[in-house]
Amino acid sequence: MATDLKTTDEEIGIGEYQYGFHDSTANYVFTARKGIDRDIVTQISEMKNEPAWMREFRLSSLEMFFRKPLPTWGGELRQLDFQDIHYYVKAAQGQERSWEDVPDEIRKTYDRLGIPEAERKYLAGVKAQYESEVVYGSLQEDLAKQGVIFTDTDSALRDHPELFRQYFGTVIPPADNKFAALNSAVWSGGSFIYVPKGVKIEFPLQAYFRINSENMGQFERTLIIVDEGASVHYVEGCTAPTYSSESLHSAVVEIIVKRGARCRYTTIQNWSSNVYNLVTKRAMAYGDSLMEWVDGNLGSRLTMKYPAIYLMEPGARGETLSIAFAGKGQHQDAGAKMVHCAPNTYSRIISKSISKTGGRASYRGLVKVANGATGCKSNVVCDALLLDSDSRSDTYPYMEIDEDNVVIEHEASVSKISDEQLFYLMSRGLTEAEASSMIVTGFIEPLVKELPMEYAVEMNRLIELQMEGSIG
Amino acid sequence: MSSVLKVENLCVSIDEKLILKGVDLEVRQGEIHALMGPNGSGKSTLAYALMGHPKYELVDGRISIDGESLNELEPDARARKGIFLAFQYPVTVPGVKVADFLRHAVTNVRNPNRKEGEGLIPMREFRAELKSRMEELGIEPEFARRYLNDGFSGGEKKRMEILQLAMLRPKFAILDETDSGLDSDAVRFVSEAISRLAGPDMAIIIITHHERLLEFNRPQHTHVLLAGRVVERGDARLAHELHDQGYTGVRQRHPEAAAEEQAAADAGNRQPAAAR
Ligand SMILES: Nc1ncnc2c1ncn2[C@@H]1O[C@H](COP(=O)(O)OP(=O)(O)OP(=O)(O)O)[C@@H](O)[C@H]1O
Ligand SMILES: [Mg+2]
Repeated sequence: MATDLKTTDEEIGIGEYQYGFHDSTANYVFTARKGIDRDIVTQISEMKNEPAWMREFRLSSLEMFFRKPLPTWGGELRQLDFQDIHYYVKAAQGQERSWEDVPDEIRKTYDRLGIPEAERKYLAGVKAQYESEVVYGSLQEDLAKQGVIFTDTDSALRDHPELFRQYFGTVIPPADNKFAALNSAVWSGGSFIYVPKGVKIEFPLQAYFRINSENMGQFERTLIIVDEGASVHYVEGCTAPTYSSESLHSAVVEIIVKRGARCRYTTIQNWSSNVYNLVTKRAMAYGDSLMEWVDGNLGSRLTMKYPAIYLMEPGARGETLSIAFAGKGQHQDAGAKMVHCAPNTYSRIISKSISKTGGRASYRGLVKVANGATGCKSNVVCDALLLDSDSRSDTYPYMEIDEDNVVIEHEASVSKISDEQLFYLMSRGLTEAEASSMIVTGFIEPLVKELPMEYAVEMNRLIELQMEGSIG
Repeated sequence: MSSVLKVENLCVSIDEKLILKGVDLEVRQGEIHALMGPNGSGKSTLAYALMGHPKYELVDGRISIDGESLNELEPDARARKGIFLAFQYPVTVPGVKVADFLRHAVTNVRNPNRKEGEGLIPMREFRAELKSRMEELGIEPEFARRYLNDGFSGGEKKRMEILQLAMLRPKFAILDETDSGLDSDAVRFVSEAISRLAGPDMAIIIITHHERLLEFNRPQHTHVLLAGRVVERGDARLAHELHDQGYTGVRQRHPEAAAEEQAAADAGNRQPAAAR
């Protein structure tokens, strides 16, 4: 049996979701029993053959996870049962360098998602993570020759122990929050990237995360180090099958952007509506560097994600472009954090959210300027579009400004899709669905036009899919 | 055979308020009609009702093309049947590029049976056509990439309406004060452009308070609305006369309608400011 296309569309009202199929789990190499405790964590570490320090790191993180309370703000987390989840699932034996060697069923999934095709066309390297482990990896040869490392995080711990230990957990310590602690305890997979001084990678590196089984927890851990004057664009995409019970995706992403370097991190999250997506992402940007988060949140049941940039030295710039689309039964609690730790640092946040058929999109953002960080500028714009009166949008902008000599701007707007716009477009022959879709595409256009062509097309296509069937 | 747009006893209300009180109109492809009447007499209401604006409720009467009723059709279906409205106040749609929007619109109108999601008309063909229509209308090529009516001047918006008309080539075009807000050179330019577009395949219903548009596009029929009724009909001379002499004569000849107009105006004035 290959794929099962039957989904419970009607039940959970996400008939538009295209990636809701799943594969058989019969041939899996290993599936940890449900639940989380010291035994499971020890077992994961042993299976991975890790050094003792990592096992200790995991176990002490686990203690922190147990001690920390659930956040009471953001979204509704009480239905999430931590003991009803498989924390480690290994579908295939190893990581392959050729798609031919990836087990058939898994390869077919990636074919359907269009990854090998994208790789041939415009990517400099690919990682494909299926459940807990990376099953495929590639990197253009000339980049490898220049010293670029693009590997999964487990291999990095084994093959680049010094580099790994120098940075791992330094940007987001396990004690940061409950989900960072959980990830630190059970992490598996994720990308490890090192770009040496002055190396500029022209085409994007892409990772693709796929959850396949039910009640699965995916906890990848990504660490990106962009050395002085180097640049990289990293892209991640995520999908999962549609199940009636919950899955959990809780990643930690740490990025170090050194002096004069650039890093752009693009996410197109399109999880199915049964996935809790609780992710901690943070970058440290040093002198005259540029860090950009482009964060597209289109799926999941609940997303809580606020990519952060710490502007550590003068001249550092941070930019976050965030798009959230909340459909029926979905809550997108997303935003950004900008922390100005040094003088003359600059940040910009642009957030666009769309809510329809009862969905809820919240913008939650923080701009913090430390005492002494003079001459900083920050500009925040968040716009929300409501497609109907059942849907909801909230804005929670937090400001902590401990310095007078700064320029901080904040604008927010909420609008409804206008009857006059709909009528105008329909009077030119567009159906109501086409007209709404066009208005929504127009609403996010200022953000989408910042994306490379392929991703702009993908983003518009996904938005159109979300809009399909939305008119009753 | 040329098509006929027929409006019979059309009664339209907005928010429960009756605005059109039994309008009859017959327009044949290739004809030019002038629709006149003082401010608030219902000209735009008739235009919106023909196009199918959801807020304009059809309480009675029938709109049809060649006998086929349009009453139940959505605006997009009406557009595909060949009706076009150049808006008195064109709507801004931020982030939507003129060319993208028009390509979609043209595709739907030219292939009325197209299913949603089916391919659009070929890009090259479309671009070439758009380019020449824009040239003819003196619209700078960069407008194709600008967002629909976003930041356009009043005159630019009106030209954009005529560009859409030229691309969609409807059977029945309603021009609602397309000449207002234009400087005199632009009025002349737009009037000439419309007369070039007119022909045996297009009927034009011109709503205007000015002469110029009608000089270049001489109407065979003039209809005068007062308080939601057509009170007089004639030819180009009637339009000319009204332009010269205003509506005093019309009101004197139709005291009942004039009284209704007065009553509606008084009712409007009596409403407390908060309710308006
Ligand atoms: N949305 C609305 N709600 C309530 N009344 C309306 C609305 N739109 C129009 N009306 C009323 O309907 C009547 C006819 O208006 P309409 O816009 O059709 O006039 P018009 O003949 O086009 O006038 P003008 O020459 O000023 O454009 C007016 O009394 C107007 O106030
Ligand atoms: Mg009017």
